Order: sequence, then structure tokens, then C-alpha cells
Amino acid sequence: MALPDPGAFVSMMGVTKRYAGVTALDNVDFRVGAGEAICLAGENGSGKSTLLKILAGVEQPTEGVIQIDGLQKDQLNPRLSAAAGIMVIFQDFSLFPNLTVAENIAFACQLTQHQKWFHKRDARTLATVALERIGVDIPIDERVESLPVAHKQLVAIARALASEARLIIMDEPTTALTEREVRSLLRIIRMLKDDGVAVVFVSHKLAEVLEVSERVVVLRNGCKVAEGPAEEFDTTSLTRHMTGRDVPEHPPNRLIETPETLMQVRNLNKEGSFHDVSFDIRKGEVLGITGLLGSGRTSLAKALFGLVTPDKGQINLNGRPIPLGDPIAAASSQIGYVPEDRLTEGLFLTQSIIRNVAIGRLDHHDKHGFLDLPALVGDASKWSNRFKVKTPYIEAPVQSLSGGNQQRVVLARWLARAPLVLILNGPSVGVDVGSKSDIHDIIRSLASSGLGVVVISDDLPELISTCHRILVMRLGKIIDEVGAGTVTEEELAYKLAS
Amino acid sequence: MTSNRKTSTWRQAPEFRLAIIAVVVFAFMGMLSPERFLSEQNLTSMAFQFPEFAILALAITLVMMTGGIDLSVVGIANLSAVVAALILTEFAGPDLPMQASLLWFGFALGASLLIGAVAGLLNGALVAFLGLPPILATLGAGLVFTGLAIALTGGSAVMGFPEVVAVIGNTQVLGLPTPLLIFILLAMALHLLMTRTAFGIRISMFGTNPLAALYAAVDVKGMLLKVYMLSGLFASVAGMVIMSRANSAKADYGSSYLLLSVLIAVLGGVNPYGGYGRVIGVVFAVLSMQFLSSGLNMLQVSNFARELIWGALLLFVMTTNTTFWNTFRLPLARHKK
Repeated sequence: MALPDPGAFVSMMGVTKRYAGVTALDNVDFRVGAGEAICLAGENGSGKSTLLKILAGVEQPTEGVIQIDGLQKDQLNPRLSAAAGIMVIFQDFSLFPNLTVAENIAFACQLTQHQKWFHKRDARTLATVALERIGVDIPIDERVESLPVAHKQLVAIARALASEARLIIMDEPTTALTEREVRSLLRIIRMLKDDGVAVVFVSHKLAEVLEVSERVVVLRNGCKVAEGPAEEFDTTSLTRHMTGRDVPEHPPNRLIETPETLMQVRNLNKEGSFHDVSFDIRKGEVLGITGLLGSGRTSLAKALFGLVTPDKGQINLNGRPIPLGDPIAAASSQIGYVPEDRLTEGLFLTQSIIRNVAIGRLDHHDKHGFLDLPALVGDASKWSNRFKVKTPYIEAPVQSLSGGNQQRVVLARWLARAPLVLILNGPSVGVDVGSKSDIHDIIRSLASSGLGVVVISDDLPELISTCHRILVMRLGKIIDEVGAGTVTEEELAYKLAS
Repeated sequence: MTSNRKTSTWRQAPEFRLAIIAVVVFAFMGMLSPERFLSEQNLTSMAFQFPEFAILALAITLVMMTGGIDLSVVGIANLSAVVAALILTEFAGPDLPMQASLLWFGFALGASLLIGAVAGLLNGALVAFLGLPPILATLGAGLVFTGLAIALTGGSAVMGFPEVVAVIGNTQVLGLPTPLLIFILLAMALHLLMTRTAFGIRISMFGTNPLAALYAAVDVKGMLLKVYMLSGLFASVAGMVIMSRANSAKADYGSSYLLLSVLIAVLGGVNPYGGYGRVIGVVFAVLSMQFLSSGLNMLQVSNFARELIWGALLLFVMTTNTTFWNTFRLPLARHKK
């Protein structure tokens, strides 16, 4: 355990957090000085969200000491944290979309002052001052839902400032921003630092924010594995620290040159989500679709599986049209969809691994109205063994598995149905490094066996190493198509954000 | 390893606890007044009493597994009983010869089951296609069914059936009271449905996570329709048992059964958020409630106080079970999309 640092605004010493048997944070020291900018890097599941939640007072540490301004805090809760000036800006900004900019900015501040009435004029003044402080001009009577993403983020920053923030923690601040917007965010961060406000960036993509940061802290599996001045890190060394090893990524298997088109998407259109999208998928091809958050990639993915109903367009599979907006019809035409959010969309958390796999093939085991349970269990265990789902006990609830194994369960469910086209939305989100490269291997071998695979992702190395072609989306349109063999990660990042 | 786990989960299962509770309540009441509670007469009368609301509890169990609830079961039971009763009094009457009245009785039974299924389908359509919250859809529909029953009868009891009608409610088959036999058959059927059929698995999967069920290409709407329809069917069976035992039908019979059957389902370990429930647990809960109810009767506790006790018991069970259910729910504080 490190000694307390008298100059620090916040110091966490020997902080450990355990959830029912899982150690999310293990004896971590973390210190933030006034006006300091720190990158907190780590893969999904490395414990960075837990650290952030402890600072925000949402979670209590199992062990360890937290000091704010040199004073020991035994119990933090969200209100105490906010009162101490610790503000967290989550990825979705936690704004009220139906309220105006001014109301959003003033809300938290007036709440902490225990005001029982809402004063419109005070709110407007407060908002104007806060926005002027970061030097941006946003109409304060505009409703937040009508603002672009970058402006929402600025409103969230202004809200934090209005509540006299001394430490602003930003969770994945650049995922939804274009390059120009990232620039202006960095300018604002510099201004905040000059004002003595500390900033912590929590992210797994840190190249953009390295230049304004003083220090980098890397977490892996709940432990602090690296800490040092930002100058000593670059993208490569960060990745090495985050993953703990150099994971060699294979290029995609060579596409067998067949003219056979599997799926045709023609002029697919959904007002407000995607516009006039057309593309083909051939047998054995892995097609990547990428774009920033809000570019329409997820709506498009859902539309391919009938979860979103397009207002125009056509999808053909093997030359036959598929009814739009009907997931059951899509599934019975042998399209599979592995959703982005495993926990809410993919899995039945409290149900057994067997049931989670078997739900896709219940009709297959239906014998005269009753299920052939031994066959069903055998089939489900065959598929989960095939994907190396690691569990001592196949009756165990699927929530007892790690992220990577959970993803294998969802994959097994769909592949047991022998799909022709498999749509993978964020196939390796929240999955540890080892499982990630296994999942990439699975994608490659699926394609080799003749499936058409669609990978929707913003993980550029993943796209480059698995896809034969990548479509780039912005504002609902496909703006570019690149052959994966011909593009580097930097070029792709530039296309995405320019 | 595997067998060890199985024994320990069997002992930890909430149903095991419920079995103990049923035994304890029985023993307690038996000790309080052995000569009355343990008398053969009392035991038989209990076996005739509980199937009415126990069947309603099965209906609620089924719907609750999807995370919904069916508050219209009593309304459906009464409406179908009133329709059957009107058919019987209109066309049969007490003086009809045996064979003819048997025929009309069969027809009345069929009509009553049909009414139950149609009423259930209506509930299902409101929930599945219009997306109404089940609690409001079935509350409203239940009032409509009761209202229809009142309109058909003018609010008074319909009576004057052929003798054969009393068979369901008052005879014994193989030493078992017929209502009890009907309940046992329905409970077994429901158990098989939940554990051995694709439909049953889909119900508990949907109850666990409706969104994931949609994403797994489960025909969610068709499934909900069937669930509410079955619930309506069960309710109309309960209606027939009530009609036969009372030898009459009325729009507002068994109004206290609604709270009681919800209580039994929850007490029986069915998760009101959906996804978990076992018929055997509900059976134990039914027994506990009947023992308790008879016991209170012997202790001469008033009917009004009993409603108060049921309500308080429901809240108590929900509170103590919340920790258990919470482990089955999705984490609420999720920030990332």
C-alpha cells in the first residue's frame, strides 16, 4: 500500500473490490492531483469501470482507503462524491433529452443546493456562465435531444463545471466524435487543466487523448500493471500493457473467388437511421460494417435480421426476397443475429447454459408435442463443447460464465441452426483477449465453410484481421468501401472520423 | 460432483422450504384443535374446498411465468359459469331425464370452456398486439367479463340445474373428491407443459428476458396469445367447479379468490418478474393456505380479518423473497449502451 500523498486531490490506496467471488479490483493505488489529466487505460473487464464507480460513490470498495483533499473518506456515496467535486460523464452522458440545455446544466447544481423550486432565470445564467467557461456557443434553450453528439458531450462537461467540478471523469469520451470534434474537446480539456480541474479519461482507445495527459495508468485483470508519464507510452506499448501480450492477428483467410452471391441488400432505407443502403454478400465472405456511434450501423444490422422495419428496400437471400421487419421469418430463412449487448439482448442470464443454447432449436427436438430432453441436452452440450465454452457444469446459469464464454454460448445457439448468413454485432465487446482471438478464428472458419458473415464493429484491428471487405458508414450512409487487405488501421480510422 | 450439486440444490430449492411450511402449518393447526382440525370430516371438506382457487392459482402461475399477471381469472370463471348455467336452466332444468340432461351438461361445459378460451385470447391480444401492461389489460378485461355476467343475469344467482351438474363438485372418484382430482390432473398437465414442451421452455425464457427472446427469434406474440388463452381455459374450469359446488352461478362469486390465487402463486415461489416457477411449489402453497384458512375458520376469525391477513402475508412473502428474485434480475445500473 502506498503512502498518502498530501498534494493529491484524490488518492485511493490499496483499493480492492470483490463481487461474489470475482475480484474486479485488486489492491490498486490511484492518485489524481489538481489540474492533472490522466489516462486510465484497460480492456473491457480490466476493472476500470469499477474504479470509476468507486470514485463516483456508486460502489463501495471491499478494502482500501480513499482520501479526498487529504481527508479520509470512510463511506462515499454519489452525493458525497458530487459534493467533493467528482463528476463522472458516462458514455451516454446521462442527460435528459427532453429538457433544454440550460435546464440540463443547472439541474444537478440546483439539486445539490437543495433548491425546492426551479428558477428559470438563475438556470439560464448558470448555463451561460458554464458554457462561456469552456468557450462554446450552444443555444441554451434548445432541447438536448436535438443536439449533435459532440454538443451533448459539451453540455455534460458544462453541467459538471456548473456543479463546481474539481475532477471530471470521462468514460470513453471519443468514441462518438469526429476528428475535428476530438480536437476541440482537447482544447477544452487544456482550458480546464489551466483552471485547476483534473480530468481522468477512461478508455480503451487512448491515442487521441495521450497528448493532453500527464500520466497513464493501465489496468489489467483488476491490477495496476503500468503507470508513468504519458510521453513514455505510445499506442503499441499501451496495447501491450493492456493485453499483457502481443497478440498476433492473422489476416483473413483468402476469399475463394466465386461469383456466387448469397445475400443482396437493395436500397434499404429507414428514415432517421440509414439511407439507401445497398450491398452484396458472397458465400464465404466476411463483410465488415463500421462507423462511429450513431452512424446507423446498429440499426442497419438489426434491419438485416428484421428487428428494425425499414420503410423501403429489399433483402434477398439466394435470390428470394425476405420479409422485412420480421425476425422469425429472418431466422427461418437461416439468417442469424448475435446482438451487440449480450446481457440484455443475447442471454437469458439466470437460465442454464443448455437452455441458452437450445432455445434456437427447440422445434427440432419436438417429438409429438414433447421435447426429447436427452437429445436436446446432448445437442446443446455438443455445440457448447465445440465452441469450448469453459464450465464445469452445463446446467449452471449462463451468468456464471465470463464474457468470452457467454459470447460463445450465443454463437453456439445460432450456429446450431446452421445459418447461411450470420450477423455479428460487436462480436468481441467485453471479451478477454484470449477469447477475442478465438472468436476471430471462429469467424474465419465459419467463412471458410461457406457462410456469409457480417461483422459490425468499431474495433478496427478486429475488422482488418477478419473482414474481406469493409463498408464505412457515416450519418446513415455508406460512404466508402475498402478491401481489408489494402487498408491500414490509421487509414481506416481517418475514413471513419474525417 | 454433479450428483452432489443436485442434492444441495434440491435442499436449497424454495419448494423444499414450502413443503416444510405446509407441514408446519398443518401440524400447528392440528395441535391447536386436534379433534376438529384432524377430523375426517374437516379433511374431506378441505379437499373439496381448495381446488376452486387452486385451479385459479395455476392459471395465474402460468401467466406470471411470462412476467405478466391475469387479474381477470375470477371474471372469466364467473362469466363462463353464468353462460353454462343459463344454458342448463334454459334448456335442461331440474326435471329433465338423465340422458338428455347429460347431453346438455356436456354442451354447457363446452360452451363454458370456449368462453374461457375466447376471453383469454382477448387478454392475450391486448397484451401481445397492443402492448398493454398485463396488469391493466386484464384488470379492465376482468371488469368487462364481470359486467357481461351481470348483464346476462341481472346480478342474481342462476339456479335450478339438472342433478348431474352436482357430480363435479360433490362426488368422489377412487376415493378422491372430484374437484381435487381435476386439480391434480391440471397441475400435472401444467407441470409437463412447463418442463417438457418447447412452449413451456419458451415461456420461462421469455419471462427471464423478453428482449433476448425476441432476438432469439421466439414467436413472442403467438406465445403470449397461447399463454393467456390457457389461463382463460383454466379459469373456466375453475368456474365449472364453483358452479357445481354451489349448484348455482352468479356474477360475483369467489371475489376473494383473486387475491388468494395471486398470493398462492407468489407464495409458491413463482417469480412475479417472470422466468421462474414450479408447479410443485404452488401445490405446497395451496395446501399451506388451505390449512391456514381452515384453521382461522375454526378459531372463528372473521372473513374480513382474513382478507387483511392474506394481503399482509402477500406483502411479507414478497419482501422476504425480493433478495432471492433480485439475483434473477438484470443489473439496473447500466450505463453503456
